Amino acid sequence: MQLTNRSKQVSNKEMTLMERAYLPAIATGLAITIKHFFAKKVTIQYPEVKRYLGPVFRGRHILKRDADGRERCTACGLCAVACPAEAIQMVAAERQKGEESLYREEKYAAVYEVNMLRCIFCGLCEEACPKQAVYLRHDEFVPVFAERDQVIWGKDLLVEDMNNRYTREAWTKEEAHVLDAKRAHGEATNVVPRAIP
Amino acid sequence: MDLVEFLIKTATIFSVFVLTLVIAMYSTWAERKVAGFIQDRMGPNRAGPGGLLQPLADAGKMFFKEDFIPALANKWLFIAGPSLAMLTALLASAVIPFGSTFRFDGHEVALQGVESNIGILYVFGVVALGVYGIMVGGWASNNKFSLLGAIRAASQNISYEVAMGLSLIAILMMSSSLSLGEIVAQQHGANWNIFYQPLGFLIFITCSFAECNRVPFDLPECETELVGGYHTEYGSMKLGFYLFAEYINMFVSSSIISVLYFGGYNYPGMDWVYEQLTAALGSQTGHNVATLIGTAVFFGKALFFVFFYMWVRWTIPRFRYDQLMNLGWKKLIPLAIFNIIITGAAVLFLKPVITSWLN
Repeated sequence: MQLTNRSKQVSNKEMTLMERAYLPAIATGLAITIKHFFAKKVTIQYPEVKRYLGPVFRGRHILKRDADGRERCTACGLCAVACPAEAIQMVAAERQKGEESLYREEKYAAVYEVNMLRCIFCGLCEEACPKQAVYLRHDEFVPVFAERDQVIWGKDLLVEDMNNRYTREAWTKEEAHVLDAKRAHGEATNVVPRAIP
Repeated sequence: MDLVEFLIKTATIFSVFVLTLVIAMYSTWAERKVAGFIQDRMGPNRAGPGGLLQPLADAGKMFFKEDFIPALANKWLFIAGPSLAMLTALLASAVIPFGSTFRFDGHEVALQGVESNIGILYVFGVVALGVYGIMVGGWASNNKFSLLGAIRAASQNISYEVAMGLSLIAILMMSSSLSLGEIVAQQHGANWNIFYQPLGFLIFITCSFAECNRVPFDLPECETELVGGYHTEYGSMKLGFYLFAEYINMFVSSSIISVLYFGGYNYPGMDWVYEQLTAALGSQTGHNVATLIGTAVFFGKALFFVFFYMWVRWTIPRFRYDQLMNLGWKKLIPLAIFNIIITGAAVLFLKPVITSWLN
């Protein structure tokens, strides 16, 4: 199997006089390294500059609200069941009168917690959710934490902020590739993000 | 010696040491920067503009680390080891001629810590003492592996000093002087020794790589293959001294290479520049400006070789120890002796013929 076209047949032949002289080889090596000295640097200055992660990147979790600002999650527990790392825990509660603008259905999650030390960001919770409520953001990591009480993320951190809604342009790898191809041809310059179904 | 001359002399010696220290300090920064650039990354750039405060940050880090002395170590020798390494490295910078002379009010000041007529012997004597820094450090650690590392380092340094000394003899035969100032003065203009001694130069630079414990001869301190060397038990600023001594050694040996083989402060067309300057600015100011230009040329050469050390570090892989000894004793020493014979023959037979032709 050929993985690259850079493979070379190894041979045991006698070295020529030039090769045995040793110094030309050193000069060649020095030339190679000094060429890199002037090459373009591939480093990215991380905290200031961030690399684009791609539309299918799985970062930190978010609990979506619908267009009216009501929480989508009905605390069915399917995400917790699907989670291979058992990182998700929730407590369900019943919607009271007057809370119709807060929760979409009669049942909601009073407590919804993700243990960020356990989570493996596999995305199975996204797939399991029948209400399109839980997503892994494509644009943000889980920030570094040093304290124990920062490990478990509650609803205060997870539920979407209506003033800063989370949308993404492509939802599958295929869509992302199509979009990238369009961008490359200059066809789609400004794609309107699709509302979450 | 009157008071003015005494003060001038003290100031020169002091500034030579400070200069060497500052250059060594910034070579640690330069090393990381060069390493970064050769490996297609940026290198340090957080502390200060372009990472220029990195040496200070490193020093701060080393001062705040635990100053640890093993319980069974010989305490005084354990402290003396790094100090010796630092001292011997620094002492050698005293005789390097950084430039020709400054003139003011009838005083002639040489840009050299000490004008000695045995300069090159002094350098070799002091550099040879550097082995004690390593040996004392390894011995005082009271650790078998450190001791083995120290012996390894000492044997390497001593064997390469032989070839280095032999390659130097050819230069001494040509210049018939031991004074570094005199050797530089003889390479006036573009009459540099490298053109007469290419083989000697190759041997000399190889040996100085080994003397400074730099790649490809950095077995005394390679932590990857041999789990540390003579300084396994050292931490904090004491380790810092050992590493710093390496950088001072680097600058000093680069200066020596520049002085011995590349004409120090000499450059092509310097007579013309000197005439123009003295004509334009008067004899004293013109002379001083010409000296400054020469000093800049010297530093250009010396710092290029510091860069060359780093460049080689990221090019050539480390030698195996038996290969290193083979190269030292079986290749470089015979080559150096061959070089001496050739130079001797040339000085004895060729030089009278050429001088008679010229006359």
